[in-house]
Amino acid sequence: MAATIHPPGTATTTRTALAKAPTGIRGFDELTGGGLPHGRATLVTGGPGSCKTLFGLEFLVRGALEFDEPGVLLAFEESAADLTENVASLGFDLAGLEADGRLVVDAVRIDASEIVTTGDFDLDGLFIRLASAVQSVGARRVVLDTIEVLFGALGDEAIVRNEFTRLLRWLKDHGLTTVITGERGREGQLTRYGIEEYASDCVLVLDHRMHEEIATRRLRVVKYRGSVHGTNEYPFLVTDRGLRVWPITSTALTYAVSTERVSLGVPQLDGMLGGGVHRGSTVLITGTAGTGKTTLAASAVDAACARGESALFVSFEEAPAQIVRNLRSVGIDLGRWVDAGLLRLWGERATAFGLEAHLSRIERLLDETEPTIAVLDAVGSLSNVGAESEVTSAVVREVDMMKSRGITGILTSLSHDAQRESSSVAVSSVVDTWLLLRNVESDGERNRLLFVMKSRGTAHSNQVREFLLTDHGAELLDVTVGARGVLTGSARLAQAAEERAAAADRSAELERRRVALARRTAEVDAEVAALRAQLATESAELERLAAEESRGASTRAADRERLARRRERGSDDVPPTAREG
Amino acid sequence: MDDAGVAHDDGSPSPPVYELRLYLAGHSPKSVRAVENLRRTCEQYLPGRYRIELVDLLENPQLARGDEIIAVPTLVRKLPEPVRQIIGDLSDTEKLLVGLQLRGAGGEQ
Repeated sequence: MAATIHPPGTATTTRTALAKAPTGIRGFDELTGGGLPHGRATLVTGGPGSCKTLFGLEFLVRGALEFDEPGVLLAFEESAADLTENVASLGFDLAGLEADGRLVVDAVRIDASEIVTTGDFDLDGLFIRLASAVQSVGARRVVLDTIEVLFGALGDEAIVRNEFTRLLRWLKDHGLTTVITGERGREGQLTRYGIEEYASDCVLVLDHRMHEEIATRRLRVVKYRGSVHGTNEYPFLVTDRGLRVWPITSTALTYAVSTERVSLGVPQLDGMLGGGVHRGSTVLITGTAGTGKTTLAASAVDAACARGESALFVSFEEAPAQIVRNLRSVGIDLGRWVDAGLLRLWGERATAFGLEAHLSRIERLLDETEPTIAVLDAVGSLSNVGAESEVTSAVVREVDMMKSRGITGILTSLSHDAQRESSSVAVSSVVDTWLLLRNVESDGERNRLLFVMKSRGTAHSNQVREFLLTDHGAELLDVTVGARGVLTGSARLAQAAEERAAAADRSAELERRRVALARRTAEVDAEVAALRAQLATESAELERLAAEESRGASTRAADRERLARRRERGSDDVPPTAREG
Repeated sequence: MDDAGVAHDDGSPSPPVYELRLYLAGHSPKSVRAVENLRRTCEQYLPGRYRIELVDLLENPQLARGDEIIAVPTLVRKLPEPVRQIIGDLSDTEKLLVGLQLRGAGGEQ
């Protein structure tokens, strides 16, 4: 009975988020939280060659192919044949989509030199064309490219403005998600005829500019009513799979993580890391020139291929053949893995393309190869391509690309200053394991040391190891710690020799002492024997004396008896002694 | 075929026949005005040598594509060539004559 009374227009709008129409343009939908405002008009403006038309076309093509939303393109600048041809290289088959009834391309040719205006008119002709096209395929998306042509051709600006407003209202009333392209005006004007004031829901600006001799395309969301959006300029590029926008902020930290450990190909190093690195984690190897970064990375690849896993090795410094040759000298044969189809080696100079093209290529390599381990050697080379902050964000995105695919990533980076524990690219915070290789110079040699700077989720060793490149691969040795600190190379050998000599000395001394002790023992034994002999002699003497004494006593007793007996017989009271005295 | 411009016996050029098509959208005041203005001007300047075809785009929307119609009313001069488009209710007779190339931008033919 008592139905809830809503203010007009709010009864069904219980949803708070704006409905969005995904464009299918890689990166863009992440950036805008879902795409363009659904059922509304978006203005895409930019200078000549800024890919406005392409943006609109991809929005239509992806809509038809991926989101089951047929579309209509009203093209005022190019013929249908030109458009079809231009986007064929991006894999868009406009003619095929038209034949399937999922797309209408209506190229409106307006030749201002053939047109005279006289008196009042309206754009019902255009409306009727658009309406019939929309109806014919049941379109949900419309692109008007570039509608500003009308302002120039029809002269009467007041009428065109009025009609344009009516057109936008009509599109909105029909719930059509629309992209209107506009030519960028001069001096801060977003469009030449100021049509941005009509497209009030969403405005995108595309830009194409040169920065240090490298062309970079950028996209900016100037306005997006009712939606949060990134406000930065985002690089984008035209790839053979359409546009690719590279949002930085959209990178969500939602990777699956593995507790499985994978070997880096150097058993001693695996030991230092508690059995290797986690699968899908990222390892950064930094070091000065010639410290063996590439070799260490190659060891990990070698180990992965030996386990039968696929791998990708991208070098920005060496050609694939050169990598294979050089690594063979340290006993790592990557050529056999390439032949076995397990390893893809890819070499290109980082300067050949801009950063975004570089990222796109890496992404493509990862998609095509689907490796379990990927090496980027060396990410520092990118510094030639862009400013430091851009390079850092590019590397972060590379790390994300690998992590989101569960690929164990190995990045190498050249550090110029051996003393500073940093690499030329400040990405150590995004990697999971950081190995530092350092040359130490002493006694006329340079030797390599390896440190485990960090390893997330691992009780890693705090020990320094000497890193050797042998003819059978990389090896780690326990370093010798001597009086002068950590010893490596020949100093380590010398120290070992000294220690051996000292040990020899010590054992000789021991032997000498042992002999001396034996001798002394013998002496003591002899003395004891002598004493015993003496004791025996003395004892014998004593017995002899005792025997003599007992004989003497019995003699005396006999004498006394004899004397007594004599007294009894003679005068008892006169002792013989007194008589004598 | 086209005898326009072929010299007559008396030496004067044969006046070409004007083939005109007027695109409209329904019977709006603009449409009505445009038809009236066109008829009047043709009677005055092209007596006996014009043909007018009226096309209502509301009835035949697909015809808009053929002549690249975006605005209505639009008058298309099919013949004599080249094809010309005159957009509007044709209320400015001078402009209409210029558009039909019955008069140079400067003045009389």
